Amino acid sequence: MGQALVFIEHDGTEIKTQARNAITAGSKLGDVVAVVAGYNVDHIAKAASVISGVKKVVVADDEVFSFALAEPLADLLVHLAPSYSHIIAASTAIGKSIIPRAAGLLDVQPISEVIGIIDANTFVRPIYAGNANATVRSSDTRKLMTVRATSFDPAPPDGATAPIEVFDVAIANTKSRFVSAEVPKNERPELTAARVIVSGGRGLQNGENFRKLIYPIADKLCAAVGASRAAVDAGFVPNDYQVGQTGKIVAPDLYVAIGISGAIQHLAGMKDSKIIVAINKDEDAPIFQVADYGMVGDLFSILPELDRELDCLA
Amino acid sequence: MKVLVPVKRVVDYNVKVRVKSDGSGIDTAGVKMSMNPFDEIAVEEAVRLKEQRVASEIIVVSVGINACQDVLRTALAMGADRGVLIAATETLEPLAVAKLLKALVAREIVQLVMMGKQAIDDDMNATGQMLAGILGWPQGTFASKVVITADTATVTREVDSGLETVALALPAVITTDLRLNEPRYASLPNVMRARKKPIEVIAPHELGVEHSPRLTVVNVTEPARRAAGIKVKSVQELVERLRKEAKVI
Repeated sequence: MGQALVFIEHDGTEIKTQARNAITAGSKLGDVVAVVAGYNVDHIAKAASVISGVKKVVVADDEVFSFALAEPLADLLVHLAPSYSHIIAASTAIGKSIIPRAAGLLDVQPISEVIGIIDANTFVRPIYAGNANATVRSSDTRKLMTVRATSFDPAPPDGATAPIEVFDVAIANTKSRFVSAEVPKNERPELTAARVIVSGGRGLQNGENFRKLIYPIADKLCAAVGASRAAVDAGFVPNDYQVGQTGKIVAPDLYVAIGISGAIQHLAGMKDSKIIVAINKDEDAPIFQVADYGMVGDLFSILPELDRELDCLA
Repeated sequence: MKVLVPVKRVVDYNVKVRVKSDGSGIDTAGVKMSMNPFDEIAVEEAVRLKEQRVASEIIVVSVGINACQDVLRTALAMGADRGVLIAATETLEPLAVAKLLKALVAREIVQLVMMGKQAIDDDMNATGQMLAGILGWPQGTFASKVVITADTATVTREVDSGLETVALALPAVITTDLRLNEPRYASLPNVMRARKKPIEVIAPHELGVEHSPRLTVVNVTEPARRAAGIKVKSVQELVERLRKEAKVI
């Protein structure tokens, strides 16, 4: 067995669920060492040290890692690389930014969005928006990869306590600087961690209808709210709601697609959901081909009725 | 400032791809090919930079077979100045492409590389980040807004939690996301004009790049299909089935 270095993504307060999925992937490849980078992140390192499967935590605590910029994080991975057979991050915006950069620096061809691990050198990954799966074998001595969170169960956060080691090589960054972040206020569960997702598409016609019709149903189901690319492009909701090939990949227990036709790029982001419900006025919409329960009709009359029906449940 | 825009020829995004029956890959025979949509956005952004007189020259580059000249012509018709085809008989992996681009950046003394965040065929989302790494340049991935001043690129990025803005010291690599701009259609006169713009064809070894592939494709398979479900007649039936049959609410 090898040694797998797993990048632990966090928001300064807590570890992202996807990092725990990445640990499960890492455990299939070797002993997992978790790397936590940030500024004043003792509490994150402690939380990482008790995740099941983690044998050691390396913590890089420095101002340079404050905003998870790709340049210093990739340099950190390059510094740590010699001890590991596999370097893994979840395929989040951060994972996708740092793994290929570090791979380039290490002269390694990275493997993106792994959904299956066959052996230490062989991996399955989707291509063509998930219309095909490619099994690829890597001849690199060290593998760098991002893994799709929904393909690996999250490692439970209550294992034995692993030792924490401090990384104390100074890493400089003069090339990039954090300016600002625009994080839309969202009281609902996070898309990638939600058990239920209610998504809207172009059929909603405007942002007001999204708020009026989608949000109440989502709240009654304790669901996250998602959207198709068309709805985001049209400005109904912010970009971080987008589900699809280039948005977020989700696999909740229940995915409700409302007024979404089901372009392959959208299906790529949600077709692994356990149960899919589609509500659309066009009975030929491709979304019905993946839906367990389809309802053909006008969403403007169906949604208020669904809202009342859910009231009766509560 | 010189801007380099790499463009990839891929199966058109509207095509429903089919896996070859022997599992060796995707059937591309007779399939419509186009410029990778994210690369179109990169070309558009570069052309806008030229219109704002920020960019002095736009060089578009593609790596692959001769037919890749088609996507170079498309980019030239959109407003790029000249094209380079790095001739390769087979598809090269991102690491090889990044090395070739690095060599071209050095030869052309480019200050900005603007490229699509991912190709819609292999969905790797890697070449830009790898190129930035091996050049030692900063990277602005998943850009939805780009502002260039004398020595800085300010890039607003689409990230998981919303938007993030970073300032990059030029030279830099920027990878484009969907909402950066809407690419223009080339007008007929511009298409005609593009035919006269130069395309240089060079071999990888002329750029001093030797690369043996690290990834081999063992097989390509079709993912398991979802079984078709049922149509419900009423909202009551839907809620009932979700509760008692699927047990998800």
